[in-house]
Amino acid sequence: MNADKNFLVGVFNDEVVLLDGIKKVRTSGLKIHEVFSPFPVHGIDDALGLKRSRLPRAAFLFGLTGTTLALTMQIWMLGYDWPMIIGGKNYASLPPFIPVTFELTVLLSALGMVATFLIVSDMKPYKWPRQFDIRSTDDKHVMAIDLALNSGKSKDEIARILREAGASEVNEKNFE
Amino acid sequence: MQVFSSVRDPLVTGGKTVGDVSHDISRHVENKPPRSWWLALAISLVVLAYGLYCVCTVLWNGIGVWGLNKTVGWAWDITNFVWWVGIGHAGTLISAILLLFRQKWRMSINRAAEAMTIFAVICAATFPLIHMGRLWLGFYWALPLPNAFGSLWANFNSPLLWDVFAISTYFTVSLVFWYIGLIPDFATIRDRAVAQGSMLRAQIYNAMSFGWQGGAKTWMRYEAVALILAGLSTPLVLSVHTIVSMDFATSVIPGWHTTIFPPYFVAGAIFSGFAMVLTLLLITRVVFKLEDYITIYHIELMNIIIIVTGSVVGIAYITELFISWYSGVEYEGYAFYNRVQGPYAWSYWSMMTCNVISPQLFWIKKIRTSIVATFVLSIVVNIGMWFERFVIIVTSLHRDYVPSSWTYFHPTKYDIGEYLFTFGLFFTAFLLFAKFFPVINMAEVKSIVKTDSEKVSH
Repeated sequence: MNADKNFLVGVFNDEVVLLDGIKKVRTSGLKIHEVFSPFPVHGIDDALGLKRSRLPRAAFLFGLTGTTLALTMQIWMLGYDWPMIIGGKNYASLPPFIPVTFELTVLLSALGMVATFLIVSDMKPYKWPRQFDIRSTDDKHVMAIDLALNSGKSKDEIARILREAGASEVNEKNFE
Repeated sequence: MQVFSSVRDPLVTGGKTVGDVSHDISRHVENKPPRSWWLALAISLVVLAYGLYCVCTVLWNGIGVWGLNKTVGWAWDITNFVWWVGIGHAGTLISAILLLFRQKWRMSINRAAEAMTIFAVICAATFPLIHMGRLWLGFYWALPLPNAFGSLWANFNSPLLWDVFAISTYFTVSLVFWYIGLIPDFATIRDRAVAQGSMLRAQIYNAMSFGWQGGAKTWMRYEAVALILAGLSTPLVLSVHTIVSMDFATSVIPGWHTTIFPPYFVAGAIFSGFAMVLTLLLITRVVFKLEDYITIYHIELMNIIIIVTGSVVGIAYITELFISWYSGVEYEGYAFYNRVQGPYAWSYWSMMTCNVISPQLFWIKKIRTSIVATFVLSIVVNIGMWFERFVIIVTSLHRDYVPSSWTYFHPTKYDIGEYLFTFGLFFTAFLLFAKFFPVINMAEVKSIVKTDSEKVSH
């Protein structure tokens, strides 16, 4: 059996039951492929053992790029390339450069972080997602278990564990 | 172990379930719009068309068709610009600052408020663009691009250039923030369209949702992105109106040359922005039957923000007046004496009444929880805030240092028409948004439909 093809899908009605269920499923030794929710469930990252996102670091680095770019641009343009005395100040006087530097820091940080988010999450307009259960964007929480990665247990056993963990339905989902 | 408190009233009334939220909000996208929507769109388009005629005339003949003269070189255009930018600020305050303060009541109003921000900033940007006269050359004046004037760069010492960067960054970041919020909701509409067998709609909304699935890992990253965008937008929104105020404050014109302008402008911006959010949402909640999501409690909280910011603005007016006398500067003193007593006293006192006195009525609970009173006062506040900018700009200019150049500004039909153009643009955009986009952030509201006491019982 190939991985990433055949799944058992547990449907949960409530996020509190879901959080509890994730712990039960994980202690029973099953590997969870992914959990899909209609809204962010707090505590789900701990329950699933997910590592903290590194996006804040990306945002910081993009911001730093913006700061550097803005300062270099202004100092070079008004200080070296075409120096002019404006208001009796130095050629490259720093205070008037702060607003543009701040704006470009924010701009690059925001755009860079969002672009990184879309790339690492593999989100693009022309992609039709694999849907385990279309109700997962409405009011159900959906837990997908990859059968190939849990070959130690039979399908019926996995279904039983999901039901005991609080799933109201367990369905099979195969992707070609 | 989590401990929940049930002290607060539920933010969504009517005993809604998570499924009800999807249904109540998505159905406006799926169903034909009500007749009132068509009527409103028709009126907006007529206003837009007339405004477009006036804008084209201005572009064809030049800004000489405005009522400006050699003394009053700035009037309605810059007044309208500052007014619209200010209105935009409430959207960012609601979505970013209230997110950082963990104010959950923002969740049912942030989507519409952010949409308002984006459309308001577009409306604001039209004024400086048209004021350039030959706006196709504006790129070289406003952006640091290599050019054929030697290689003379844009002047980074000028607040007008800071404005270009501030407004365009503000617009871009607000747009991204708003769109990131829309992604999960587009996916909800896509999956409902699949269930209803409407594949074309499913394809369109899937493209708009970037193929969103809502996996736990994606949600975690999504929340990190939202938090940082909020953290970036908070200083950004404060910087934008600060920089707008510097357009005036860094000049030497009496009445403009004031150090309190930045905080005073920011407070005024939030004040007028909340008024506009109220005007729009009071209509939207009735037309789309969203009374359970945008409750009297939401309206009351927004009215409280109006009292706070309105009072800050009132104190700023009085401080300005006091300092103009206390400074002992003759010109500064005259600028304010002229505002209060001169030919524009009518606009000064309209401003004082609308901005300082009217919001104080919200101290009375009956008024701040009344829909009719809130609606009327929200419009009064926005009229007052328009007069504030008009007073600052025109009364400081119309009496020059040389009495022979004293004059009075009269708007022509093109000044008025261009203002109408932005109204047509704003309301057309808002109506299209209300029809084709989910007007309430479904994903966020779903996380608060259950009161905390209900969570404990599971």
